[in-house]
Amino acid sequence: MIPFDYRLAPDVDGAVAAATGWGGVAFLAGGTNLVDHMKLGVAAPEVLVDISRLPLDAVEELPDGGLRIGATVRNSDLAAHPAVRRDYPVLARALLSGASGQVRNLATTGGNLLQRTRCAYFQDLSTPCNKREPGTGCSAIGGYTRQHAILGASAHCVATHPSDMAVAMAALDAQVTVLGTSGRRVIPLVELHRLPGDEPHRDTVLSPSDLITAVELPPLPEGTRSLYRKVRDRASYAFALVSVAAVLRVEDGVVRDVRIALGGVAHKPWRARRAEDVLRGSPVDGSPADEEVFRRAAEAELAGAAPLAGNGFKVPLARNTVVSALRGLSREER
Amino acid sequence: MDSEIQLRVDGRRKRLRVDTRMTLLDALRDGIGATAPKTGCDHGQCGSCTVLLDGRRVITCLTFAVAHDGADITTAEGLADGEWLHPMQRAFIERDAFQCGFCTPGQVCSALGMLAEVEAGHPSVATDDLTGPVELTDEEIRERMSGNLCRCGAYVNIVDAVRDGAR
Repeated sequence: MIPFDYRLAPDVDGAVAAATGWGGVAFLAGGTNLVDHMKLGVAAPEVLVDISRLPLDAVEELPDGGLRIGATVRNSDLAAHPAVRRDYPVLARALLSGASGQVRNLATTGGNLLQRTRCAYFQDLSTPCNKREPGTGCSAIGGYTRQHAILGASAHCVATHPSDMAVAMAALDAQVTVLGTSGRRVIPLVELHRLPGDEPHRDTVLSPSDLITAVELPPLPEGTRSLYRKVRDRASYAFALVSVAAVLRVEDGVVRDVRIALGGVAHKPWRARRAEDVLRGSPVDGSPADEEVFRRAAEAELAGAAPLAGNGFKVPLARNTVVSALRGLSREER
Repeated sequence: MDSEIQLRVDGRRKRLRVDTRMTLLDALRDGIGATAPKTGCDHGQCGSCTVLLDGRRVITCLTFAVAHDGADITTAEGLADGEWLHPMQRAFIERDAFQCGFCTPGQVCSALGMLAEVEAGHPSVATDDLTGPVELTDEEIRERMSGNLCRCGAYVNIVDAVRDGAR
């Protein structure tokens, strides 16, 4: 690991100031992804700005019924928060299905959003990777692609975003507050992460000195149900092959509100707008007949899927997981 | 670049100089000689470096020591009261919950951190009712201990030991 300059951020503004003007700078919070990348040589910042002691660790219930989550709130604390467990089960379950207990006790909200792909080629310095070293090529294409994207990928990169939490937040229409050198701005979570295109080294729309300070969740109307379903190669402590975050409100037998996001299938949490369009306004009564519309919705979303040699299974897996998640919600299961 | 930090490790105050690149795990083992936490994968995947940091279970291989100035750390070694092992440690022996023992210090610290989480009513992904009380079933133990790998495969006895140690 190359030496770096460690700076403890004095306050939130001071953190941004300390990170400004450096080519290689990173904010350090939980460190569970960044420190690993520094050990591997994937990341080599000259300056680390430690934000872990900033007062960004509160979860606040907002007057409108929403929730403001500070950037350094630990994943474990967020999952355990009474308001999250009561009002946003999709988020609690997504958090609890990620990593392990002793990793969640370190990992933070902002860091979880900014974690980088677990593509094995990205993490292996001996193989070309456009994300790690632009212009060198993609080793995954034509290689091992079980964990890779089926939606929104490019000829330059087929990596997936590994977060569970971000998938739930995408379905919850979360808003991300960012402090940069020119002040504060709010970015919808679904616009925070980028598709790879021809710049796969840019995971998000943020610049290195932009600091995520909070994530806000709007309130869910009375009668809204939500869940997270994750499919993986082992029962616990594994990244998703496919995951589904779903939010559903059925009134008088008709879908009034539905929001679906998919994980493990794209370079970003994938909001399934096409599926939502099929579902919105459809009659749903909790009977087996619902399955037809759930299936049509999932297939509408996946019509644009472009699987690779090693991950064609993800298309039916994603379809079936969407159907199963919606069935669970419409039948009032967890 | 070096930095001076202070840690409280197993009840003893320690002052040490660390390279900013030093992980908390390396500071404990090489800087202080607290060798109960083990260097297994060194990438946050095996849990053998688990300690209790300010009372909560954490891995120590993916966090820099310099960021933990003032922390209070309990390793598996600090759980015993002199010659008297902690009940969780005794349960691991009585249940034959290890073969080589390399993962055991991390398993024991993780188990105690996990029990505190259960005590506080925190659900896991195996908990049916997110807002109800938590019952420590074997399914819960397996899910909550999934961050600690045992290459000897002593998992069945580890579940028994954690169940016993929880009493």
